[in-house]
Amino acid sequence: MAVIPATKLDAHALRRDFPIFEQTFHGRPLAFLDSAASSQKPRQVLDAMTHFYETSYANVHRGVYELAERATEALEGARIKVATFVNAPDAREVIFVRNATEAINLVAYAWGLNNLGPGDVVLVTELEHHANFVPWQFIAGKQGADFRVAPVDDDGYVVFDRLDEIVGDAGVKVVATGYVSNVMGGAQDIPRIAAWAHERGAIHVCDAAQAAPHKRLDVQALGSDFVAVSGHKMCGPSGIGFLWGKSDLLLAMDPFLTGGHMIRKVRSDASSWGELPHKFEAGTAPMAEAVGLGAAIDYLEVVGLDAIEQHEHELVAYALDLLGEIPGVTLFGPPADRRAGIVSFDVEGVHPHDVAQILDLDAIAIRAGHHCCQPLMTKLGLAATNRASFYLYTVPEEIERLAKGVLRVKETFGV
Amino acid sequence: MSDLEQLYREVILDHYKNPHGHGLLDPSDAHAEGQNPLCGDEVSISVRFGSDGETIEAVGFEGRGCAISQAATSMLTDLVKGRTASDVAQLEKEELLEEIGIPLTPARLKCALLGFGVLKVALHRSKGTPLPDEWQGLAADFEFGG
Repeated sequence: MAVIPATKLDAHALRRDFPIFEQTFHGRPLAFLDSAASSQKPRQVLDAMTHFYETSYANVHRGVYELAERATEALEGARIKVATFVNAPDAREVIFVRNATEAINLVAYAWGLNNLGPGDVVLVTELEHHANFVPWQFIAGKQGADFRVAPVDDDGYVVFDRLDEIVGDAGVKVVATGYVSNVMGGAQDIPRIAAWAHERGAIHVCDAAQAAPHKRLDVQALGSDFVAVSGHKMCGPSGIGFLWGKSDLLLAMDPFLTGGHMIRKVRSDASSWGELPHKFEAGTAPMAEAVGLGAAIDYLEVVGLDAIEQHEHELVAYALDLLGEIPGVTLFGPPADRRAGIVSFDVEGVHPHDVAQILDLDAIAIRAGHHCCQPLMTKLGLAATNRASFYLYTVPEEIERLAKGVLRVKETFGV
Repeated sequence: MSDLEQLYREVILDHYKNPHGHGLLDPSDAHAEGQNPLCGDEVSISVRFGSDGETIEAVGFEGRGCAISQAATSMLTDLVKGRTASDVAQLEKEELLEEIGIPLTPARLKCALLGFGVLKVALHRSKGTPLPDEWQGLAADFEFGG
């Protein structure tokens, strides 16, 4: 591995692990400030996947020949890496899915269809990504349950004083909240929310898609019952993510998707389900993707999650300073030391789409839009925001380019 | 011309800052609203017909969105005033795009044509003019949003 463990990371050196940065756009090196949407991939991950295809590829859990055994070992090895990465008590509690969206849908369907009914409350917050909002709204609607939305404060934190009031005397069955907001960047106090949920007799579902890339994830310390993660935001390939769930809940649940591999017995009148985690992994697994995710975890562990978190705090502080100096720029979210590498902002008089377009001409890639958070945008009174997001390969020079680019935007629009 | 000057040429910024046909008409004979779900651009358009009940006498819009979407809608109001509803229902998007006169990526094309689609929906609702498939989703969104 090319990287050297350190408490402080060297982003300039790490960049060399990422082939995407070898090309130019509009004649300039790429300032990729959209990692919260999806991160770039280090060569180590790409190589691991290629190596798997070239040396170990066959369908898993089927063949008795050596190659199939090798593939199975690779897939299950990745599962153990994930389990260790999130401090899961048991690797069988790690279910491979396509992404956090699928993980949450899995819980909403497989748990919700058997446990939700009329009068039950399903509680989310207005901060949620649509991935942790729409599945609950949909399943609550199907089951006649009561879907409620808890408010957050201006920095995007759950207002604990309001939770009891929102729910009243109703029976809460599910509390679904995100860990790190993909718009505000702040990290919620998940242990406190999970404890509140458990006091009220509800399960807690944590959308950790935006947290897992940036900070150490300890599912036991969080106290949630289910935790959903996407691999592609944490240097892994697209098409793989995982759900961690408490085994007693997973064991009691019906499957989500059915078909091959997830069964124990199939008769013409009924079928029975396989053991964990296979019960929830119908069809041929995303094997190479799992291997890639395992390699991404190795990569992040060598760089160090603490070093990544520290690096992002520094970048956010710098970005807040530089952008904050520009008249007409409004910044959203909590102070730098309380958030992951995400800075959402508005440029007065210029729509985010135009900001992003003009920045693109300088090869600066940011996200402009509602970030799959329309309820939050409604709260902010905006149709969209600009969002710059950083990762372990982001360097301060890119933030300087962003600030200069915003000045150019203002000049173009005469604001 | 640089890419920047080409994309945000003076006429686009002029229309964006001083839009033609700005403000909804009250009363109006036809109305619709639409959103671009990708970026949250919003456009509402209202139309008033002349005494023949066919000729667009006045058209007004309000919106919130990028320069391209708002400028394009402003240009659209110039383009359709004085034409009949059935004529505008058949209006090809190329005519508006020529007016806009800048190269547009597929994503920006959606911005540029938002007002165009909303106007087609408004005429369809009011006059029953044919609505091409590509604007059916916009019409359904309008029904959903009230």
